[in-house]
Formats: sequence, C-alpha cells, structure tokens
Amino acid sequence: MILSENWLREWVNPDLDAEALAHALTMAGLEVDAVTPLADGLDGVVVAEIVSAEPHPDADKLRVCSVNTGTETVQIVCGAPNAAAGLRAPLAQPGATLPGGIKIKKAKLRGVESQGMLCSGAELNLSEDHDGLLALAADAPVGTPIEDYLELNDQLIEIGLTPNRADCLSIAGVARDLAVATGAEMRAPALDAVPATIDQTLPIEVVAPADCPRYLGRVIRDVDVSRPTPLYMVERLRRAGIRSIDAVVDITNYVMLELGQPLHAFDLDALEGGIRVRTAQPEERITLLDGGERVLTPDTLVIADHQKALAMAGIMGGEGSGISGETRHLFLEAAFFAPELMAGRARHYGLHTDASHRYERGVDPELAYQAVERATQLFLECVGGEAGPVTDMTSSTDLPQREPVTLQAVSIQRMLGINLASGEVTRILTGLGFTVEADADKGSWRCTAPSWRFDMGREADLLEEIARIYGYDNILVEPIRGAASGDVAAESATPHSVIKQRLVARGFNEAITFSFVSPELQQLIDPDIEPVVLKNPISSDLAVMRTSLIPGLLSAAAHNINRQQTRVRLFESGLRFMPGESLPQTPMLGLFLCGRRMPEGWASNAESVDFFDMKGEIEAVLQAADQTVTFRSAVRPGLHDGQTAEILLGEEVVGVMGRLHPSTAKTLKLPEQTFVAELELASLMGRALPDYEEISKFPEVRRDIAVIVNRDTPSAAVLDTARASAGAALADARIFDVYEGDGVAENAKSLAIGLTFRDQSRTLTDEEINESLSQVIESLREKLGATLRH
Amino acid sequence: MQALDDLKAEATAAIESAADSAALEKLRVEWFGKKGRVTDLLKSLGQLDAEARPKVGAEINAVKQLLNEQISERKQSLQRAAIAEQLAAESLDVTLPGRREDLGALHPITRTIDRMAAYFAALGFKVVEGPEIEDDYHNFEALNIPAHHPARAMHDTFYIDDTHVLRTHTSGVQVRTMETQEPPLRVICPGRVYRCDSDLTHSPMFHQIEGLLIDEDVSFGQLKGVIQDFLHAFFEQDALAVRFRPSYFPFTEPSAEVDIQCVKCASEGCRICSGTGWLEVMGCGMVHPRVLEMSAVDTDRYQGFAFGMGVERLAMLRYGIGDLRLNFENDLRFLAQFR
Repeated sequence: MILSENWLREWVNPDLDAEALAHALTMAGLEVDAVTPLADGLDGVVVAEIVSAEPHPDADKLRVCSVNTGTETVQIVCGAPNAAAGLRAPLAQPGATLPGGIKIKKAKLRGVESQGMLCSGAELNLSEDHDGLLALAADAPVGTPIEDYLELNDQLIEIGLTPNRADCLSIAGVARDLAVATGAEMRAPALDAVPATIDQTLPIEVVAPADCPRYLGRVIRDVDVSRPTPLYMVERLRRAGIRSIDAVVDITNYVMLELGQPLHAFDLDALEGGIRVRTAQPEERITLLDGGERVLTPDTLVIADHQKALAMAGIMGGEGSGISGETRHLFLEAAFFAPELMAGRARHYGLHTDASHRYERGVDPELAYQAVERATQLFLECVGGEAGPVTDMTSSTDLPQREPVTLQAVSIQRMLGINLASGEVTRILTGLGFTVEADADKGSWRCTAPSWRFDMGREADLLEEIARIYGYDNILVEPIRGAASGDVAAESATPHSVIKQRLVARGFNEAITFSFVSPELQQLIDPDIEPVVLKNPISSDLAVMRTSLIPGLLSAAAHNINRQQTRVRLFESGLRFMPGESLPQTPMLGLFLCGRRMPEGWASNAESVDFFDMKGEIEAVLQAADQTVTFRSAVRPGLHDGQTAEILLGEEVVGVMGRLHPSTAKTLKLPEQTFVAELELASLMGRALPDYEEISKFPEVRRDIAVIVNRDTPSAAVLDTARASAGAALADARIFDVYEGDGVAENAKSLAIGLTFRDQSRTLTDEEINESLSQVIESLREKLGATLRH
Repeated sequence: MQALDDLKAEATAAIESAADSAALEKLRVEWFGKKGRVTDLLKSLGQLDAEARPKVGAEINAVKQLLNEQISERKQSLQRAAIAEQLAAESLDVTLPGRREDLGALHPITRTIDRMAAYFAALGFKVVEGPEIEDDYHNFEALNIPAHHPARAMHDTFYIDDTHVLRTHTSGVQVRTMETQEPPLRVICPGRVYRCDSDLTHSPMFHQIEGLLIDEDVSFGQLKGVIQDFLHAFFEQDALAVRFRPSYFPFTEPSAEVDIQCVKCASEGCRICSGTGWLEVMGCGMVHPRVLEMSAVDTDRYQGFAFGMGVERLAMLRYGIGDLRLNFENDLRFLAQFR
C-alpha cells in the first residue's frame, strides 16, 4: 500500500522526519519498503494561462501561443492538440530541468522563438498522459509554482503489510499504530452524522446473514455527476495509485483509502424493486465492471435486486448498475462480509480487487457507519444532492464476537524476557483500541480486542502487540538455557558429509540440479517409469519429478561441455521421486565421469576414463561398507548393453553404473566415453565397526599363477573359486593381469592371480603352500574349466 | 733422506691427479704392495745399522701413513664428486606441476549448510530431514495455515495433487519432529524447498535451513541472542549490526524478520541493499501455541522458538555471488571456486 506522507500527517504528526517516521512504522511491524519523493525537478514550472494560440507559419501541427506566466506574457511554440486560448497548464520556464533530464532554454522552433515549454502530465512525471497539455482548473492561480499548486511537496510511503494487518489498509489504521508507537496524538478529522433531508429508502433484504452480517444502504437523490472531483482528492487517489473516474466513484475510493471501508455506489434508477443479498443461483451469470462475464458458483455471495445480480459481494460491481454520466440518484452500500466467506473467493474467479483484498483479511464491522456518513458528507460537498436515512440491516449474532483474553504479567516476563510496568501495558493496549481491565492482585489484564482486529484470539496475540510496540530493539539478548542433549551419531553410520568429502578428494565437484526435469530427459533414462507430474510446472522442461539423479547430471555435464570443458567429474546427492500411492522419496547419490583419466598435464597421457574408472570410484567410496559389494552385468535403458552393472550390497541391488548408450550420448552431445552411476545413499552409510585382529609375526608368502578361462567367465567367479579353495592360510587374492591375444586361444583370456599366504602362529612350509596351490588349480579346472598357463 | 722425500713428493702428486678409485688402487699397490716401493724401503731397513734403523723406520712409516691418508681422502673426494655428478644429472625442474587428481569442491550451498549446521550442532541442535513431496497437513495445516489463508498466497505452491505439494519450506520436518519426539527439542532442518516463481531473484527450487528449540524456559530475548550470535559467527564479524523487525508468520508469534547491516557497503547504502543499508536475511519468532497444540506439545509446560533462512541468500552474501541462477547451472568454473 502506498500512502501520502502529507495525508498521514494530517491524522498524526510525530516530530520525526520522513525517514524516522518510516523507521518507526517499520519497527512497529508495518514494514516500509520505500519512501520516494512524489515529484522531482519541478523548479521553474508554474501555472500559466494561454492567452491566444495562432497557427505556426511554417508547421501545420505547431501553434504559437501567447502565454501569461503571472509576471509577463511570453511566446511559446507548442504542438499539443489541446493548446487553446483560455487553457491553464504547467509552463516550464528557461532554466528548469524536467524529471526526464530535459533542460529548458529559449529555442527557435521552425524559425519561431519559444520562451519555454508547456507541459503534459507525462513530461512532469505526474501521469502517464502525454497526449496533450496537463489541463489545470480554470481557477488555478497563474504564476504559482506547480509544486505548490498541486501540493507536490510530498513523499510516497510504500508499506508492505503482512496479511494479519488488514486494519492498516487505510490512513486511519496506519495513523493509529503510528500514534501509539511514537506517543504522538491522533487527530482524526471531525465526522458528524449527516442528517437525512429526504425520506426515501430502498428495501434491503439480507438472505444470507451469516455471510453478510451487516449491510447499510442510503439513498442520495439529485446528484450532479458532471461536477469534477476536487483536486486534492484526485491527487491523493493518484498518489495511492488509483485513477480518477468520476466524482462519485472517486469518493467511494477515497473513503476506502481514508478509513478502510470498501463502498459501492449504485445508480438508483438501475435497481429494480430493492436490494437482496443472497448466494448465487446455479449457473447465474454476471458481467462485471471489468467487462468480463463470470458464471457464478453457488458459494458466491451476490448483491442483487429483485430481478438480477448486481455485484459480486465484496469483490466487484456489475455492469449496468454502476455510475454513468446519466446517473441522477445514488444508492450507497457499506457492508461487512465474513472474512471466512471471502477467503479465496476472488482468486477463484481470477480476480483481486482493493475491496476483495480488504474483505478477505477482515474489515472492521463497525466501520460501515462512519464510512457511510463520511461518504455522504463528501457527496453533498462535491456533487450535491439530498440524503435519505441510513437503512441498517445487522444480524448481531452473526457479527464476529470479541471474547476477552487474559494477559498475565508472568507471561510477558516468560515469553518476552521483559518486565513491563502495569501502566505501560494498559497504555499500549488501550492505544491499539483494546478495552483493558487490569487486575492488580492477579497481575493480569482482561483485554477485549477492538472490532478491527481479527487476529487477537489468545494471549500470544497480545504478547506480540506488547512486543512490537515496546520495541524489539528494547528486548535484551539472553543466553539460551537448558542442557543440550549429548547423544552423537552412531559410529557405524558414515555421515553424509564424509561421503561427500571422499568424492571431493577424488576430484568430483558437487552439483545441485533441479528436482524436476523435462519429461523427455526422464524418459531417456527411465522409459518404463511414469513419473510424478507437477500440476503447475514453472515450464514444460521442468514438468516432472526426477526418477533418477542421472538426467540432471547429464544436463549439467552438457552445460559444461558446451563451454569447452572436456573433463567433467560431478556428483549430486538428493531425493529420487517414484510414483505410487506412498510417493516414495529415496535419497540417492549420482556420479558422472567423462574426459581424461587424469587432468591434462606434462605427466599424464590423454587416455579417457573407462568403465573401470567409474567402478573404481564406487569401490573406493564403498570400501568401508559393512557388507560385501558385488557388481553384476545388467542391461538398462539409456546405458551401454555391454558396459553396465548392477551394484549389490550383500544380496540387495543398491545401484547401477555404466557407460552411457552411444545413441544417448549422441542425443545429448556428450562424449562416447561417458559414465554414470546412481546408488542409494543409505548403502554408502553402513560402516563395519573395526574389530581388531592380531597382526601375524610370521612372514607371508606370495605365489602367482596364470590361468586360461573362457572370455565370458567373470573374473569375480575365478577369484571367488580361488578364495574358497585356497585354505585358511590365504590372506589375499588379486588379479594383477588380464591378457587376450597372441598365445591365448580366441574366446579365451588369461588371468594372472597373485595369492598371498600367511599364518598367525608359524611359518608356512613350501609343501603346505604347494598343496594349497594345487587345490586352487584343481578347483578352478573343475568348476570353471580353467587351465594353467605356462 | 733424499730418496724418501722425492718419493713422497711424487706420490702426493700422483694421488692428487688420480682420476678414479681404480687409479688410486693401482698407486697403492705400486707403493704398498708386496713389491711396492715403500715396502721395499721398509725391507731395506735391515741393511742399516741398529742406531739409524728406528729413526729411518719412523720416517718411512710416517710417509706411509701420510700417503695412506691422502689416498683415502682422495677416494672420498672422488666418491663425493661421483654422487654430486649423479645428483646433478638427476636434477629436476621442480617448478613443473605435480602428478595429481585435482581437488573437487562441495557446492557453495552445501558448504554453507555445513557451516550453519556446525554452528548449531555446538548448541546441541541435531540435523533432521524429511520428505520434499509433503502433504498439505504438514506443509500448511499443522503450521496454522488453513486452506484459503491469505498466507498461502505468499507461498506460490507447486501442486502434485489435491493433498500433496512440493514443500514450500522445511517447517513440515519440524512438525514431524514434534509429533514423534518429546521435548526438550533442538533441531535444524536443512533442505530443498520449492516455490512456483522464477526470475532474476527467485528460483523455483532453493534451500532453507530452519531451526526449532522447545524447552521449559525459552524467551524472545533468547531467540534474539541465538540469532545474533549465529550471524556474527557466520559472517565472522562480531560487530555486525543485527536488527529484529516485527513481522507476521502464521506459525510464530511474536514474529520477526531479521536484518543485518549490509555486508557489502557497511550500511552506506548500495545496490545490494537497495540503498537501505540493511539486508533481510531470515525470519523467526516464538512458536505459535496453536502449532504446538496441533502437534500435541504441552503448552503449559513448554514453549519454543523457531527460525528459518534462505541458504542461497546467505551464501551469496558471504561469497559475493551476484546471480542466484549460478547456483543451479553447475558450471565447473563456478563450482571449482569453492574448494
């Protein structure tokens, strides 16, 4: 909400400059987003009158005007279509610098001298209108600086109100808080009821009193809608961002800004029978003032006459019953609609209006009386007419009830950590409009909230009021009390941060990609999964929840490869979202590798990473796992059929790794040798607790053998068989060479195996080791058809 | 004894000019071998009379010892020269870079969350996590944001279906904690959150870290203390001005927004702080009693405070990152700066 500083100061004028006043509002909970001077650069611009306007001798569209500046008559060349004798308009005199930075000086236009410039509203930054000169009132005093005449020496205070403070959506509301926060006196303009001078009323029937507990109406006859809105009112509306329409509509808007009560004025002659406040009938239609037709749902409250819906209650008036140039008599409405009814209603129709904004947050139900009188007063002043009596349809039992709430001194001490004098508590709450009964014996106050507060149902609400007016700055800082519980994480779980640090140490950079991806990318990796779809995605390429971390990493890698990065090592941790009743969300770790095995340098070659680089990374991070890690050949969409493996921890598949399918790589413009992996993060966390085993004092013996097996025989099977048959003294078995080619039959491969033997209690003999070796060789031959290579 | 003096001079010169240990060995044999010249001199001692014998013998022995020492010295010197030569031949350009894997980097968001979590861990706050597709109850209802509450409009929620949303904050994790654990509680909840909004200063996904403390004796003054100390520690500036401003959140009361003195311009007013000298960095407040009640916390006995902050905002201020979107592009030239 934007309000004029000058207007606010008419209501309460603390001895503070604009900046300090803004700070006081902010610290009272009405956050000031900006304070901007209303007008700048208007020095040297005065009210002037065009005495005569003659055609320019050499230009069709220009006129040569003789202009009275109040002190002299000057010649001005002007191209505005409305430049005519008798018009009063702003004149920028030589020496002025306009808001756009234009410096005004004497100039010749098509050979004719011009001693300044007559200005449009846009040129002075006063409006959007640049089609003609800003027409001033016929009685505007010639020679007066425009800044003084339009009272432009003002600042616009923009307040970002929180949704609970609907009571501050007006000058009166802001003034009330400012007064109590600064201790300055509030000076509301005098407002007397306007006595009825005619008897006419319009019948009002409220069919839905729970939704509309109060409806006030008043007939005003014989108004003159052709009369202009007073300048001060146009200006104040403009400063609040509201365009002037006509005097009647302007007055309803003005009273809403001033007091906070939305009002609506109907053309009395357009109303048939009387007013009926009811819910919409099935399929009922209404054409609103914005020109749009809406089909109403039955939970919508309408203001109707006996024939038709006239307005969507509290949201917007309808076409046909509003004020027009022909309007002679008015029917003025001031109502209270239940906030619960209004909540979300306007949004349902794609609408948001000044009225709906206020009603859904809560308008003071008592305010309608004041607002009707204030508006009537202004109508009579501005457009004349005769007012009838106010018709008051109130259903007291449906009005919001304000139950007293007890505030205890001990709560102030306990929750806020401050000691406050009893008188100060009373002053703050009374100033905010509460009825306060202090109970000195109990150290408590019985407080009843004012009708304009809808958020004061319990003690905590009162504590907040006390705190913000007392000032958050004045609440002293204290240390926290109470002991922190001392339990620490189990040693058998590796913290996430450690897993990440391992990867960082191994040259991986951590990526964070969006949890939603494009459907195409999701389908590239998980075509068999129907992903969870967002109902309202930000864009079509961020429309589905990821079923894997791999698509996001592929996109991130492509981003880098497009920027001349060739070696990309990325990881990401985060949730994978699967479809289904329970919407499973599993923490995963994703890995991406492409480019050179080692960073480019004088000491490294250009070899690309391969399958075993990725596998090695996974083995490394899983090295401390509490279960055996195995890899099993697998086929997965998007991955290379011959270079993909499932990762098993114990018996359970916990992830997949592999080379990107060449066609996937091509689609995404990634290198052929691109490797990805994804594991359940939980699988990385299990860590075996160390259980110390005595270190042998006896020497170990290493024996190497080479065996030839079928090319398809997994080397893991060879090692497993060797381990199982080597006897208890085997300490380590590893493959140290793999060979295919000359000297080895086609479809066969040679594996070189290093076996290390050791005993805890003695030195092993040659015979024992030879015996073990024979068992290994025999077992490999028997189970896998292996032959010894010589 | 002229012959001995001549020999000594000749031998010394020969030792000094010996090129290697083999040449030295040859010299040694020439003088001290079985038929060596010094050996011969010693053998010839027998021909002298008994009176002269000891004196001449001593002289010959002195020469023998001297020459032996010279040989040994020369030998060592040759060895030293040989090692020096080898070392010289093996010398490297030590300015060439080493053979290594480059160090990767944690994402600045993770790095920032880790720093925050470490601070609060020292105060006994434990990290808890929760689902990102959250049900309506835990994201809104349980936090005192019923359907149609105007505060829902502030959230720009992504919807999955009628009852599930992408969480708009991590507060749902706090609710789940209150539902399952008995006070006193100290938890922080970091994680991804989602708002349906995307422009220069809004990302549809970003990170929050929220904290909750529930105990028997908790006040707004304590909340101020914790937050102020945290911000001083986070920016490593003990004199950083921190301001608490009344605000409104449905789940806390009283509520505050927290501003810090602009870290860019030290409150002079700049583009970062829109000329105000202040930067809004987080929200906080005393937990609304309605929120405690809904999670069955005994409000007669317990109260609490909660706070929440945007991780990107704080990381960007800390590291001078000017564009929010950099956080999600995963450009290696960006990531590698956070080693």
